[in-house]
Amino acid sequence: MSAASHTRTGWASVTPALLWTLVFFAVPFLAMAIASVYPKGGGGFSLSNYIQFFTNPAYWRALTNSLEVTLLVTVISILLAYPFAWILAFIVPERWQRLALMLAVLPFWTSYVVRSYSWLLVLAEKGVINGALTGSGLLSDPVQLANTRTATVIGFVHFFVMLLTLTIYANLKQLSPNYRKAAADLGASPLQTFIHVILPLTLPGIMVGAFLTFVLAIGDYITPQILDGNNELLMPQLIMMQIGRRGDFASASALSIILMAVVTIAYLASARWLKIERA
Amino acid sequence: MTLKTFGKRFAGVSIAAIAMISTVSAADLNALVWCDHSDPALLQPFEEANGIKVNVKEFEGTGAGLAIIDQSQPGDWDVMVIDSIDVRRGVERGLFEPLPEDQLPIGDLFPAVKMDDYTMADGKRYGITEKFGYNTIGFNKSKVDVGDMQSLASMTDEKYKGRIAIYDYYLPVIGLAAMSIGKKTAELTEADLPAIKEVLLKMKANAKAVTDVVASQTALATGEVDILVGGGEWVTAGIAKENPDLDFSIPKEGAVLWSQSLAMFKDSQNKDMALKFIQYIMSPEGQARLATSSCYWGMPASTKAALDDEQKKILRFDEQPDFLKRAQGYPAPSEDLDKKMQDVWTEMIQAQ
Repeated sequence: MSAASHTRTGWASVTPALLWTLVFFAVPFLAMAIASVYPKGGGGFSLSNYIQFFTNPAYWRALTNSLEVTLLVTVISILLAYPFAWILAFIVPERWQRLALMLAVLPFWTSYVVRSYSWLLVLAEKGVINGALTGSGLLSDPVQLANTRTATVIGFVHFFVMLLTLTIYANLKQLSPNYRKAAADLGASPLQTFIHVILPLTLPGIMVGAFLTFVLAIGDYITPQILDGNNELLMPQLIMMQIGRRGDFASASALSIILMAVVTIAYLASARWLKIERA
Repeated sequence: MTLKTFGKRFAGVSIAAIAMISTVSAADLNALVWCDHSDPALLQPFEEANGIKVNVKEFEGTGAGLAIIDQSQPGDWDVMVIDSIDVRRGVERGLFEPLPEDQLPIGDLFPAVKMDDYTMADGKRYGITEKFGYNTIGFNKSKVDVGDMQSLASMTDEKYKGRIAIYDYYLPVIGLAAMSIGKKTAELTEADLPAIKEVLLKMKANAKAVTDVVASQTALATGEVDILVGGGEWVTAGIAKENPDLDFSIPKEGAVLWSQSLAMFKDSQNKDMALKFIQYIMSPEGQARLATSSCYWGMPASTKAALDDEQKKILRFDEQPDFLKRAQGYPAPSEDLDKKMQDVWTEMIQAQ
């Protein structure tokens, strides 16, 4: 096959994907970027929607709230998912692993909204958790769990632990058992083997899962809206607020661009790290 | 084409493309509505009587509704439910068709909810009020001192700390906050916002949550909170049978009157059927079904709604003349003031 033919085949292969990205990402993104600099109410080009974000503490706080919640969710999810994935990969017998994995992804089978409302009822003052704590005498009065940031974090972690478990499990299963055997032969303790061999080798799986968790959590509207009781606003809620009654798509677009910038930074940070680890 | 219009047109083209593959038929009636109009008990009698399908698209908030229209083709929609105070926003955009007053039971409406200042323009009627109610104090009377519920000042009283939820819609609650400091909702200006914000912050400090419609009902029904600031019959009446302790008051400072209207689209391809639908909704039977919709209850705008005695009791039908005297309309701010009110609301939610 000639070089020209190779080139044509190459372009033919990637053109559908390029067109898809162009039509469903690049053009809408451009439209949003343009909309963001033409504020509602007329007056022409202006950066006022961006200036508002950086000068109004209530707006700025939505981003810091989002980052705090998302980072917390990501860290907790990793800490819970890693041992879970480890147990699935190395302790659960091979013949049970498929069933165990299926059970692990059960939360994905229920509606996201239903799952969040279910958590609201579980965490409510008269819910299962407070009922058990007060009924057993551990607490005299119920504690406020629903309508708090804690509730949002619990709702997120419930979902994302499963996602991270899958990515880490896949990574662990790819590791040759010889790595552990070689480390043991060289005198490494199980803990040393984990820290110096297994953990670095599974970092790509952790990072992929962590990045997906970060992206999905920071852009999620449903979970904080239902579980946090609107006691604070995260970025998606602030964006939705601009649209609700006033239909201020310019402001919503500006906030969305800022959120996308944060996600892009997160991607660049994690991609760079992954590259270093793989080198 | 300017850059400014590019975004708008792109969105329109995208939605049009999606609309082309949708199954909506021009022979159907296409209604842009609030959730109370999706109740089959309301729609089925009309569909069966006229041999037509009513396709409903739900939305929340006038801004979201207008955005759907912006992204639709002319003629896609036949009727719309809209906040009465926002009917003129639709008229200014050239969306609505004047309604034939002589073919509608205007005379049956509670006079205070006709709201001609908002539903008419240039002497023509563009919207007809179909349902109304109050953003006031909703509460569980077995858990609170009912006497306290006669004053908005109780909403900032430490006595109810952690037992209050605030309805998450800035206009009515800002209206209530304004009324609590003796200001009229129709006369609010930017200069009033600092004092209103102070009240809102005190309410927030007392509140357990700031809740949307569903969460408000859930919070009251499950006992998570005992009081809903901004609540009213729309949150208590629908679950009154299951929990008869849920009630609402019109405090001495007054309450905020909410009101929704029906409008017909100028570009409707099915105006005769659209008018029939509006007539059905405004009929005594339609009004009763709408008032007791499974999504939320509310007062029918017509005094002749065919409600039974139990339903009238739950809605406190006979007390309406007194309630209406003490109620004030939604704040109807200018674009600039609206933005500032929303910002005050944002600051209230973000306050710790």
